[in-house]
Amino acid sequence: MIISPTMEYTVKELQKWNEKIEKIVEEEGLSCYPQEFEICNHEDMLCYEAYVGMPAHYPHWSYGKAYEKSKTLYSYNLKGLPYEMVINSNPCIAYLMRNNTLLLQILTIAHVYGHNDFFKNNRLFIEGTRAEYTIQMFKSHADRIRNYVHDPSIGYEKVEAILDAAHAIRFQTARVVGEKKLSLEDKKKNLLNKYYEEMKPKSPLDEKKEIPYPKLDKIPLEPMEDILTFMMEHAKLEEWQKDIISIVQEETQYFIPQMETKIMNEGWASYWHYKILNRLELPESLHLEFLSRHNQVVRPLLGNINPYYMGFKIFMDIEARYGKEKIMEVRKLERDQSFIRKYLTEDLCKEMNLFQYIKRGRDYEIEEVADEDGWRKIRNTIANTVGIEGIPCIKVEEVIDKDRSLLLEHQYDGRELELPYAYETLKYIARLWGGKVRLKTIVSNTNQMIICDENKRITMSSISNK
Amino acid sequence: MSKDDVGGDTVAIFREFDSKGRDRSAEDRRRHRQLVEESIKRNIADIIAEESIIGKDKDKKIKIPIKGIKEYRFVYGKNKSGTGSGDGSEKRGDKIGSDDMEKGKGKGKEQAGNEEGEDIYETEVTIEELMNYVFEDLDLPFLQRKKFNQLETEKNFKRLGYQRKGIPPRLAKKRSMIERLKRKKGYERSKKENPEVHAEEENQRFPFKEDDLRYFRVREDIKQESNAVVICIMDTSGSMDMTKKYLARSFYFLLYQFVKFKYVNIDIVFIAHSTTAKEVNEDEFFHKGESGGTYISSGYQKALDIIESRYNPSVWNIYAFHCSDGDNWSVDNEIAIKLATQLCKVCNLFGYGEIIQGYYKRTSKIYGEYNAKVKQDNFAVVTISGKEDIIPALKKLLNKEKEVVE
Repeated sequence: MIISPTMEYTVKELQKWNEKIEKIVEEEGLSCYPQEFEICNHEDMLCYEAYVGMPAHYPHWSYGKAYEKSKTLYSYNLKGLPYEMVINSNPCIAYLMRNNTLLLQILTIAHVYGHNDFFKNNRLFIEGTRAEYTIQMFKSHADRIRNYVHDPSIGYEKVEAILDAAHAIRFQTARVVGEKKLSLEDKKKNLLNKYYEEMKPKSPLDEKKEIPYPKLDKIPLEPMEDILTFMMEHAKLEEWQKDIISIVQEETQYFIPQMETKIMNEGWASYWHYKILNRLELPESLHLEFLSRHNQVVRPLLGNINPYYMGFKIFMDIEARYGKEKIMEVRKLERDQSFIRKYLTEDLCKEMNLFQYIKRGRDYEIEEVADEDGWRKIRNTIANTVGIEGIPCIKVEEVIDKDRSLLLEHQYDGRELELPYAYETLKYIARLWGGKVRLKTIVSNTNQMIICDENKRITMSSISNK
Repeated sequence: MSKDDVGGDTVAIFREFDSKGRDRSAEDRRRHRQLVEESIKRNIADIIAEESIIGKDKDKKIKIPIKGIKEYRFVYGKNKSGTGSGDGSEKRGDKIGSDDMEKGKGKGKEQAGNEEGEDIYETEVTIEELMNYVFEDLDLPFLQRKKFNQLETEKNFKRLGYQRKGIPPRLAKKRSMIERLKRKKGYERSKKENPEVHAEEENQRFPFKEDDLRYFRVREDIKQESNAVVICIMDTSGSMDMTKKYLARSFYFLLYQFVKFKYVNIDIVFIAHSTTAKEVNEDEFFHKGESGGTYISSGYQKALDIIESRYNPSVWNIYAFHCSDGDNWSVDNEIAIKLATQLCKVCNLFGYGEIIQGYYKRTSKIYGEYNAKVKQDNFAVVTISGKEDIIPALKKLLNKEKEVVE
C-alpha cells in the first residue's frame, strides 16, 4: 500500500527544459550563481524544510518539533509542501520534489532562477551574507555544536540549555544589514564630540546649557539592540558558551536579508517564472496547467498578505510604469520596507482590496480600507511591520552597578509585548546573564517594569513616568 | 552535457537526493518527544488531582498545558493592527472574526495571520495516553496473580491500544478506517478552502495509505479471570476536609486506572464511613461530608459484607483501598486491625492511605499499629500529604503486588 513515487518525467527532460530556461534567463539579463538542483521525495523535503534548507545543521529539538509539525499538517492535508526550496549559496542549491508534475518542475526551475538572481544582486544579500561560504558555515556550526555535545566536560544538556536561551533572543541582534560597527574608542569619541557640539552656544543670546558630561564607563556605552553580542562581551560565560551564541547569531544574520525582502524576493521569482514560462512555448496542456498553477501561487489570501501576490503585482506595475531597467534597479537596491513605501500605490491597494484590521475586545474589526483616505495608512502599516519590524526591538540600557542587574528597554511603538512570552524570554536572558534582569515596557499606556530575579521569578509593577 | 549546448557559462546540475538511509531528524524528534512527555509527567499530579475523570471513558480527551516546549521569544501581542487582502466588500467597522471562533471559520482570516501558531502537541491527550505516561514512569510489574481458573490457561492476547506497525492478522480495521476518514476529512476541508489547489483532482479515489493503518498492540497473557472490583473506602467524618478528599480521589482514580489496565470487567464500589458505613455513589462519596467521629472498622466490615454478597474472591480480583486521616476512636483500633487482616485474606491487594497535613506531618496511632500488627504480604500502608505524593504512594502499593506475585 505504499504509494510509489511516480515520476512523470525523466531527468533528461528536466535538463532539456532547464537549458531553454537558462537561455532565456541569460537573454533577459539576469545574473545568477551556478545552479544545482536536488530531486527529493517528500520526506526529504520535509526534513530540509525543518533544517531551514541546509544540508548540514546543528541538532536541536526545535528542528525535530518543526519536522513533526509539518509532517502532521501535511498528512492531514492542512498544508502542502513547498514546491521548491532555494538557499542563498554559491552555487545556489534548490530542491525539487520528485512527485511534482513535469510542469511544476519547469515552473519551479524558472522560479528558482528568479531567487538565484535576487540572492546574487540584491544589496542586502551582498552586504549581509557571503553566499560562497553558506554551506561551509552551517557545516562548521554543526561540527562545533556536536563537538561541545561530545565533550565530556560539557555534554548535551548544557549545550541545549545555551541553545534554548540563545534561540529565545536570536532576533535580538543587529537589525540593519551592513551597518558598520564602531570600535569602543570611536563610540566614545562620538559621544564627546556630540557633547561639545551641544555645549557650543548657537548664538550669543543662548543661556549656558546644562548638559551632563557623558558617562564614558557606562556598560553598554549606548543602548544596544544587539543583545546577543552584548552577552558575548559582558556576560560571565565560558568560551564554548560564547561560541554557541555566536553560532546562533551568525545564522540569524544570514537569514535577516531574507526576512527583510520576503515580498520582493517572492515577487521577483514569480515575475520571472511568469515571464519565462510565457516565452517557453509550452505545449497547450502544459500551458494550461501553468496558468492554473501560477494563479494559485499569486492569488490573494483572504485576510492575509500573500508575498508572492503582492510582490508580483508591484513588480508588474513598476515595469508597466517605468520599464524594465527600473525593475532591475529596484531588485538591487530596495528591501520590503522601502519597496512598499515607494511602489505600493493607491491603485494597487485598491486592486488588491487591502484592508487593515485591529482587535477590539475579542473581535477583529476593520479599521481602514483602501480608499482615498485609507490606502496610505494601510501602506504605512505594512511597511512598518514587514520583516524584522515584526519583531519587537529590545535594547540593553545599562548594567546597574549596585546589584549587577541588567536593565533592558522595549522600544515601544504602539505595539505591546505579548506578556507570557516576554516573561519566559526574560528567564532565558537571566540564564545567559547569570543574574537579575529588568525590562521596561508599556502596557495599556502605562510604564511597567518586568523583573526576573536570580531565581527566575517574574514580577511586574508600574513605574512612574520619568 | 557539454557547455556548448547552451550559450552560457554554466548549466545547472541535476542530482537525485540520496539520504543514504539516514533519518536525519530522528534524534531531534526523539528529544522533542522526550521533552513533551517530561512536561506531561511534570504536570500529571495537577492533572489527576483536578480532573473529574473517575470511571470516564478512556478515550476522553483532556487538555494539558505543556510548558517548556514552546519556543519563547519576544513577540507582539494582539493590540497591533494587521493587514490583508479582501474581496472588496469590506467596510470600516466590519467584524471579520473573533477569538471565540475557531480558526478559519470566520469570513476574514484564512490563516492565522501573524499570530503564534498553537503547537499541535499542546492540545489534548486521552486518559489512556495519560495513564501510559504514569505507568511507564512507575515501571510497573506486568504480572498477574494466578488464580483458580487456570483451567483456561491457553495463551491469550490482550489488546493494549494501537500501533503503526504490525502483522496483518492484527490489523485494526475499524481504527484504520477512522484514520483514513480523518485524513479524508482533512483533505476535503483543505479542498473546500483552497479549491484551486485541488482543481485537477476531481473524482479521485481515496485509497488507504500506509500511514492510515493501525494494528492492535497485544500482550501475551495467561488468560485468567478478568473480573476485578475496586473497593474505595473513605473516611467521610468531619475531619476529612475537601483538600484531603481531593487527594484521596486522585489516588483512587489512579488505582482504578491501573486495575482497568489489567482487567476487562471492572466494578467500582464506594464505601463512605464515619462511625457507620454505607455504600454510596461516586458523587456522594466525594462531595458529601458527615460530622462526628470515626470507626474505621465500620468501613471494613461493610467491605467484607459486600465482598461476601457480591464478589466471590474465587472469581473476582479484589482491590481495596482505604483513605483516612487516621483520626480513629482508639477503642476501635483493635477491631480495625482484625478486620484489615481479614480483608487482606480475600483481596489481591489491600491498602491503607493516610492523608496527613500540617507542618509536622505526624502519622496517627492506627498507622503505627497497622505497620506493626497487620502481617500480610498484600497489605500496604502509605502516607499522602500532597499531590506530589500520590504517584510514589501508588508505586509503593503496586510494588506490594509485585512482591506478592513473585
